[in-house]
Amino acid sequence: MTKTPRPGTEDEFNDIPGTTLFDMQRSRQGYHLNMFCMSLMKPENRAEFKANEAAYLEKFPMTQQQREAILKRDWNQMIYLGGNIYFLSKLFSTDGLSFQHVAALMTGSTQEQYAQMMLKGGRSVEGNRSKSGRGSSRSKSAEKPARRESKGKRRG
Amino acid sequence: MAKIVASVNVSHVPAIGAAIDLGKTQQPYWAPVFKGFTFSKKWIADLKPDVIILVYNDHASAFSLEIIPTFALGCAAVFPPADEGWGPRPVPVAKGHPELASHIAQSVILDEFDLTIVNKMDVDHGLTVPLSLMFGQPKEWPCKIIPLPVNVVQYPPPTGNRCFNLGKAIRRAVESYHEDLRIVIFGTGGMSHQLQGPRAGLINRKFDTNFLDKLVKDPVELTKIPFLEYVREAGSEAIELVMWLIARGALDAKVREVYRFYHVPTSNTALGHIILENETKPRALGAKKPRAVAKKKARVVGRRRAA
Repeated sequence: MTKTPRPGTEDEFNDIPGTTLFDMQRSRQGYHLNMFCMSLMKPENRAEFKANEAAYLEKFPMTQQQREAILKRDWNQMIYLGGNIYFLSKLFSTDGLSFQHVAALMTGSTQEQYAQMMLKGGRSVEGNRSKSGRGSSRSKSAEKPARRESKGKRRG
Repeated sequence: MAKIVASVNVSHVPAIGAAIDLGKTQQPYWAPVFKGFTFSKKWIADLKPDVIILVYNDHASAFSLEIIPTFALGCAAVFPPADEGWGPRPVPVAKGHPELASHIAQSVILDEFDLTIVNKMDVDHGLTVPLSLMFGQPKEWPCKIIPLPVNVVQYPPPTGNRCFNLGKAIRRAVESYHEDLRIVIFGTGGMSHQLQGPRAGLINRKFDTNFLDKLVKDPVELTKIPFLEYVREAGSEAIELVMWLIARGALDAKVREVYRFYHVPTSNTALGHIILENETKPRALGAKKPRAVAKKKARVVGRRRAA
């Protein structure tokens, strides 16, 4: 979809599964989408957006695809179309959702399932490094949990 | 002269700020997180820094996509907490040190680090959460704070090597300042986490542990980690860890690890925290306590924790 100034980088990056690089090209494409999100920092704008979402979105020169992704709250699609998670956070905060809730939606799991995965130590990197299998383990276990731990150590 | 005596590296997860502000710190989910900072609070209260140089990243609060500075330095007298969409955090206004900040800006730019000078800026959870973890909920932060926001949101962020060398330039700047000041530098963000896409929730304890170990003993090795490796191994938002290298670059090559804490999960994130001190004891600078006494006291604290 995008080309980066330095050959190779984007290809390599695209090899990481389930991850989108917010690079210069995507940022350029997502500029108005992200600036729409930024506008929701103001309470009066949030109220206006909530009253009529489609009409509010008309104020920003976005693509039709971007508008649809916002109206459907298709978070992965918004990211693919140039949205950045920290900007999108203004939108999901307006919806009353947390970072963890939206992370769950993006992974296709329920919030409860996602929270449990995090409590068990999060998503393991094993099997999640690379689409082509270059990053060691080829296992496809997308939700193999690592282990939970907590430790504080006084040193020296 | 002014001197950077120690670094505090710590994650700045926004949910930590919410837990503090909403009085949830004793809840089972949060209690272990805050317990991990008992030592750190005492350590910094004893050290009494005059100034904190706080390296963090803004999360679409002060900077939108209109202006994206790679490195910026807050030279203002005050930095109010940002409204991140649900009202500003109920924390004190951060008071700057405009004279020292201006000196640093001038010095590092002449040293070929062309950072952006910021004279008006709200500061978000990236800056306020580390302060809350280290100082709790005081009416005023007990020292001056110089914010140093780094772009790690928009690719490409600065390289680890660039960050490490900026730390060295900051140290040179600080050491050429006329006033005797005890300074602690904070490197914040990380550790492993990914907030976006189907791979969200990634945690890599092995990567994090290695990063902490090398930060102490071989930070130069860490400066060679390319952007892609941070993303692949530790998640798209783990790139924040390059900011820890600014703090590390500002310290001696040899440092003493004073304290370490690691906890999973904190919302979507692996929380990491490490305190490093220069081998040359901070008390030597405008000291109120003789060196030996300070050392002995620290050891007692250590034994108590271990028991």
